[in-house]
Amino acid sequence: MAEPIISFNKVNKWYGDNFHVLRDIDLQVAAGERIVVCGPSGSGKSTLIRCINRLEDHQEGRIVVAGIELSDDVKAVEQVRRQVGMVFQQFNLFPHLTVLENLTLAPMWVGRTPRKLAEESAMQQLERVQIAEQAHKYPLQLSGGQQQRVAIARALCLTPKIMLFDEPTSALDPEMIKEVLDVMIELANQGITMICVTHEMGFAKAVADRVIFMDQGQIVEQNTPHEFFDHPQSERTKDFLSKILGG
Amino acid sequence: MAGSIFQPIPARPSPVKTEGLLPWLRANLFGNWVNSMVTVLIAVALGYAASGFLTWGLVNAVFAPNADQCQAARGSGACWGVIAEKFRVIIFGRYPYEEHWRPEIGTILLLGLLILSCIRRFWKPWLVPAWIGVLFAFFTLMAGGKLGLSEVPSDQWGGLPLTIMLATLSIVFAYPLAILVALGRQSALPAIRSLCVIYVELIRGVPLISVLFMASFMFPLFLPVGKSPDVLLRVLVGITLFSAAYLAEVVRGGLQAIPNGQVESAQSLGLTYWQTQRKIVLPQALAMVVPGIVNSFIAIFKDTSLVTIVSLYELTGALGLALNSEADWRPFKIEGYLFITLIYFVFCFAMSRYSLWIEHQVSRSKTR
Repeated sequence: MAEPIISFNKVNKWYGDNFHVLRDIDLQVAAGERIVVCGPSGSGKSTLIRCINRLEDHQEGRIVVAGIELSDDVKAVEQVRRQVGMVFQQFNLFPHLTVLENLTLAPMWVGRTPRKLAEESAMQQLERVQIAEQAHKYPLQLSGGQQQRVAIARALCLTPKIMLFDEPTSALDPEMIKEVLDVMIELANQGITMICVTHEMGFAKAVADRVIFMDQGQIVEQNTPHEFFDHPQSERTKDFLSKILGG
Repeated sequence: MAGSIFQPIPARPSPVKTEGLLPWLRANLFGNWVNSMVTVLIAVALGYAASGFLTWGLVNAVFAPNADQCQAARGSGACWGVIAEKFRVIIFGRYPYEEHWRPEIGTILLLGLLILSCIRRFWKPWLVPAWIGVLFAFFTLMAGGKLGLSEVPSDQWGGLPLTIMLATLSIVFAYPLAILVALGRQSALPAIRSLCVIYVELIRGVPLISVLFMASFMFPLFLPVGKSPDVLLRVLVGITLFSAAYLAEVVRGGLQAIPNGQVESAQSLGLTYWQTQRKIVLPQALAMVVPGIVNSFIAIFKDTSLVTIVSLYELTGALGLALNSEADWRPFKIEGYLFITLIYFVFCFAMSRYSLWIEHQVSRSKTR
């Protein structure tokens, strides 16, 4: 394997003094790899991906992203964040800005792109997620599915190398999940490195190179989707799969 | 019923009308016989009070600046003559009489720019030099001492110009200071956080009067004789620090209402702390607390009347000065106070209407 784009080396994290949320995480992600992380709630899967762009800090071990080690060094963290896009469960669009302004904000202020250029590439991203006609509306005027597609387009505006998805479809009405998943599948097929926390097992089967199962702050098992779903190794995984697949 | 076929029902207007004057009257004033009785009773009481006031304030009132007539009408009619007689002292305080045109022009300039600054169309970069220019012109006109203007020491400034200048400048300086303090109270750095907490709690724990006393009488004791800054400047700093503490708490209320997800998504896009605050957090937080902010602004405007106690005669102080200077006019306090009440009301009402407009502007993004 070539130099991994993300590497976790014996990472431990606590919330407060006693809540040991990540335990001895070792994880290497190759460039272009598509990973789905699943597990019961409280297993640390969101915390894991939030450590990648340092929305959470870790107390032990090393995390290296795109060749930069994450530490208290603010400049290093900002450099990592420019290469890592993130999509949240609650969309987190900026409600006081129009859709277009949501997209151009980071390119103009972080990337120092002139407004005209930023708007042109923002419109391209909006077309990519098929929502260009809503560019001048405010986020709260859109449906949940549309908002999440805008959030994806916004994260793509700085042309990141890595995309993180934190349960992107969990807050959506059933009718809207598909439109978001379609965008994500399209993105996955274009070769971007993707780490996705989700319980959409259909999505995992369709696009993932690897599925990671976490429980109680540890990586219990990781495998190709085929092996993972058809021949789970540990009892914990079998139990989890039987619950979410209803089998 | 099982098997019945779905039939869409077209929309139709409500059978009960609620829009228009008559339905409004019926719904709000004459809903049932109790409401109708109360409405009539209140209308009669209001009419009685209004007719009494009109008899006193208009029919029996004396408008000429004539002390004898006023004396004769005492008890039955108002003496508006006192305002005609003392108008210029009330408005300009102790400022030298022949030089009143200077504060007049200065205040008109200041108010004009203030009004321009409230209109969206004029929110352009030239406003900054315009403000510097107007403030420079205002202080040159007021203080004099150059361009052939006679010098007027700042303890003789007074009346409405002083009120407007103190209020404007303390609002302009207190607002950014309040934002910084509010952000400081949320800072991750303990030193900054506790400094801001101490500042707010300390200032909120004392009345404005004692802040003004300290600024005006105690502060000079710590400085070498004759080296102390101008009393007006010290008072201005006092009001600014005082109002900023209150304003900071209003702003902090807005900051706390911003969901953490907003900050996280800004961070995930690579925005720095200050970019996040400026572009994401503050626009939303400040929009949320517009009523509270304007509330504080109105309070600042009226609090300026307390500078009288350190012998600066702003509008309220100037009224006292005007009434007490001549025994003939001393009894007509009510008329004088009604007059400056009207002036205060015009300014405060304008601010509260403007605040409604701002609220309307910032609520656009929330409408579905």
